[in-house]
Amino acid sequence: MTTATSARTDVSLIAHLLRRAGFGATRDQIDAYAAKGYEETVEELLHPKQEEAADQDLLDRYFIASVEARSVGHADPQWAWRLATSQKPLEEKIALFWHGLLAVGGVKLDHGLEMLTEIDLFRRVGLGSFQNILIEISRNPGMMYWLDNQNSHKDAPNENYGRELLELFSMGIDDLGGGAYTEDDVKTAARAFTGWASKPTPPPFFLGPFPMEFNFDSSDHDDGEKTFLGETGNFNGEDIVEIIAKQRATARFIAFRLYLFFVADEPNEPEIERLADVFQETNGDIRSLLRSIFNSDHFKSEEVRFRKVKSPAELVFGTARLTDRFDIPDMESSSLANQALFMGQHLLNPPSVEGWHEGEEWVDSGSLIERINFASGEVGRTDAPGIERMIELVENSNDALQPAEFVEACLDALGCIDLGERSKSVLIDHAAQIGSFASDNPGSVERTVEMFQLIVSTPDYQYC
Amino acid sequence: MPKNNGHQDKNLVVIQLSGGNDYLNTLVPYQDGLYYDFRPSMGLKGDNVIPIDDKCAFNSNMGPFKTLFDQDKMAVMMGIGYPEPNRSHFRSMDIWHTAEPFTSSSEGWLGKANSLIDPDGKNPVTTVNFGRGLPRALASQGVSVASVGALESYGLYTGLAGASNRDAMLDTVSRIYQPMADGGFPSRRILETGRGALDGADLLREAPSSYKSNVEYPEDNPIAQSLKGIAQVMSAELGTRIYYAAHGSFDTHTNELVNHALLWDQLSKAVECFWDDIQQQGKGNETVIWMFSEFGRRIADNGTGTDHGSGGVAFMIGDSVKGGLYGDYPKLDLSEQLEGDVHFNTDFRQVYSTLLEDVLGIESEPVLKQKFDALDLVKN
Repeated sequence: MTTATSARTDVSLIAHLLRRAGFGATRDQIDAYAAKGYEETVEELLHPKQEEAADQDLLDRYFIASVEARSVGHADPQWAWRLATSQKPLEEKIALFWHGLLAVGGVKLDHGLEMLTEIDLFRRVGLGSFQNILIEISRNPGMMYWLDNQNSHKDAPNENYGRELLELFSMGIDDLGGGAYTEDDVKTAARAFTGWASKPTPPPFFLGPFPMEFNFDSSDHDDGEKTFLGETGNFNGEDIVEIIAKQRATARFIAFRLYLFFVADEPNEPEIERLADVFQETNGDIRSLLRSIFNSDHFKSEEVRFRKVKSPAELVFGTARLTDRFDIPDMESSSLANQALFMGQHLLNPPSVEGWHEGEEWVDSGSLIERINFASGEVGRTDAPGIERMIELVENSNDALQPAEFVEACLDALGCIDLGERSKSVLIDHAAQIGSFASDNPGSVERTVEMFQLIVSTPDYQYC
Repeated sequence: MPKNNGHQDKNLVVIQLSGGNDYLNTLVPYQDGLYYDFRPSMGLKGDNVIPIDDKCAFNSNMGPFKTLFDQDKMAVMMGIGYPEPNRSHFRSMDIWHTAEPFTSSSEGWLGKANSLIDPDGKNPVTTVNFGRGLPRALASQGVSVASVGALESYGLYTGLAGASNRDAMLDTVSRIYQPMADGGFPSRRILETGRGALDGADLLREAPSSYKSNVEYPEDNPIAQSLKGIAQVMSAELGTRIYYAAHGSFDTHTNELVNHALLWDQLSKAVECFWDDIQQQGKGNETVIWMFSEFGRRIADNGTGTDHGSGGVAFMIGDSVKGGLYGDYPKLDLSEQLEGDVHFNTDFRQVYSTLLEDVLGIESEPVLKQKFDALDLVKN
């Protein structure tokens, strides 16, 4: 392999990593990460600095209604801004992962402040131990309300949380609805979580939302002896979560879900088994699992590149980030959340406790038109610094580009992406209608932008 | 027995009144002293109502509705709702969209209806939605729905600044979205979806060109423009069975007298134009309009508006509709109230059952998951 080919391999691998561990990156950002090295980049992504964002105050002042947000509609400019601008992409990506897996729907909660609090929770603990994540979400008042634990009492347990905790959040069920647990385990889990609920709190100001607080009421807790997944004791919720986190079924389920979210839409059994082993060896440390995913030969292989359909959030923020146009939090950034909604993903409001149906189900005829129109509009923003830079990269690449070279230069400028052979050949035909490309030809900027727009219109661009 | 109980299949036009339409000021109990007691600042009387009988009156901004009612073409569902009402916009709208009051579901009732009407997804425009984003009512796995802002600008790249070469771009995109015989990348499913989207867009964008009408829909009236779009798609005969549009916001916590009146004035004019248009197209018998809102509002006003309530009013319009008042006007006595709201007396899923069977001609049970007593609302 020549040095040039190997450099090209390095940047396309880094670009792949950044599309999965984040929301993609500009060509210059990819170069900067590539200079650090692949494994160093993985470590940097895995260790986002935990601190309040420097621009939080600015954000609060621009989106005044999003402070102590009443509804999801008031809250989403906050998250949209982070998704569009965060320099800690995996922190946001892992929050999106847990937001879809431990799903609390705005449809019932309708409480912007609490939904933002939950996203913060995922940022804070989402890369740590799975057991801790489950404990934290069980102490999350929004979750307790959403799954009716509010109505679960010592003498009359409500099984909703106990069931979803096992079925959707940890151990999972097979295609026939069977699980590695019994109905009795569901009932026992429900008993152990009696007394876990949210506490009524006064709103901080007129028409403000009630900030929700978790409350454990020991007088409403069933402290009796319980048998759960073969173990017996006077279990409380913490004990239940500890037992759940030790199960092989849990290790497999979380490995499976991480695989689908970060690697490919089509599950790979040996790889999922391997990750389940890592889960058990590390006591369910999500950071270790992700490190093991990103550094694996499987993840790096061509086999899984562009084999995941982008969620609306990935499509919207991944494309918007290319423009590098977000200096201040204004309507332009807050409208991005609406764009994802038009494509079928209402952030902060998953449709049900199951989260979203991902993969190819994201793309229907209505959402595809939205996707293409949005993405081609973004890469057509010739006044945005990121797009100016992309045009410059194409213009600087050579004196005269043959149609195939021109398409490659545009793909490279868009963040080192690639297309299937068939789509690529149609685009080369399109370029060939005019012929070779030179930056001093009249209309060269329009031609470059048009090629960007066609690239983001392809079915291939729907994958990351 | 055929699924449609012997009725001819028809097309359904849904108009969603978003935000919670105030039932009491839509169909006004103008002879009930309690209404005026509870609505000291909001009670409508005199010139502000159009009496229907000795109990009920339409809001005076609903003149065209009164005409349709007098022509026996409008069924008014009084006190429509569902058990254990929810007063959150999101949740209550979700219940009307999924027809599931007790569980959270991501499948919409009309999305499911679409997959029964067109099981193989052959027609990309079986359902056409006017508006951005898909209402959950229309969402269902594997169902493609065209969501149209405006027909003339529907499709790819229509809002793109500086796309001077749009035709060549469309031609290239069209060549890319050709399903391949083999599997591979991109997947056949995504290529087929793209094909359907492009074909649907071509069909819909062309619809206005074949449309002829002397009806003048008001320009500055968004719901009128949506209904005009629906009339255009109808005239193009594309096999569309379900149309959807929304109007609002009816969330009149404040300044209700002004805003509610404006919304109904717009809607009445829009429906009047649309119905004229439909008559001219000779489609009065094969078209049924269904209008609903996620909830009604509190019985008592709050001084300048009304807050979220439960129970409401819905309308069904068509030449084939058995006009009249259905259900009972809920009593306003304190002892008859539900936490300050009216009780429902007709489950909306009964009407859905009628719409599915007697209008769309499909079985209602697979959609509603149980059998409801359909109401006898359709003539032929």
